[in-house]
Amino acid sequence: MLYEQELKTFVEGTTNFFEVAAQQPASIGSPYLMEGTPAVHEYTGVINISGKREGVVYFTAPKAMLTVLLMKMQENDFSHETMRDLVGEVANTISGNARKDFGRDFVISVPSVLSGEKPDIPQKPGLRSFIIPINWRSHSAKLVVSLT
Amino acid sequence: MNSTNGKPMNRKRSFKLMIVDDSNIMRRRIERSQQFEELQLVGTAGNGVEALELFKRTDPDVVTMDLTMPRMDGIECIGRLVALKPAVRILVISALADKATAVEAMEKGANGFLNKPFTDRQLNEAIADLMR
Repeated sequence: MLYEQELKTFVEGTTNFFEVAAQQPASIGSPYLMEGTPAVHEYTGVINISGKREGVVYFTAPKAMLTVLLMKMQENDFSHETMRDLVGEVANTISGNARKDFGRDFVISVPSVLSGEKPDIPQKPGLRSFIIPINWRSHSAKLVVSLT
Repeated sequence: MNSTNGKPMNRKRSFKLMIVDDSNIMRRRIERSQQFEELQLVGTAGNGVEALELFKRTDPDVVTMDLTMPRMDGIECIGRLVALKPAVRILVISALADKATAVEAMEKGANGFLNKPFTDRQLNEAIADLMR
């Protein structure tokens, strides 16, 4: 369950990340709700949430988008490990920023990173996911928020 | 050049810098973006345990510290570093944006707090504040 204001926190966190870290704003599509696990891109950074809320927050993006994001961040290492590092860091930053509104009892894990298009993302049964579509330059990614 | 007895005056003191973050990208970003000639990087660490070991070996004056890390988190690490060297200057660089966490870090001995994501300017202002 996620209230509108809580969803807005994640939308703002995502917007802020691209504006500051990539110095180029992303266009955020209308969030939507879905049952089950949504399709993911090549790289997915997962944050497990515990404390007063439980669930997962994850950022999933294609390699092409991450490559451009790394360039914008002045990185010159585009290895598989750096892609994994980046999706984890994006998920961590957006989830950590959410504590501004959720408070310190919104406990975030260190990122775990999954590669491939059918990763096994831990998800509580029966919990629905909010999908926040992210369009940046010519690329699309998603932030998925699934919380009790 | 101003000098007295052949020695330079107002020579800038150099400070040893240690960067602690579990992200390689962030460690490189901080190293690349900081613009202080007087800061000499002595090493980087990916978690609190590595940071403690590196700290004992290199005795840094200035530390940038992530909070959410495996093995030992930043809050615990700050307390341990300050116990070893009370004069160390620690800048927390973290995504955790709640006030309670910032207060806890400062109570443990951190001297500044910078939220991720950050601009180069914000990083350099935060480091400048730290070294004042």
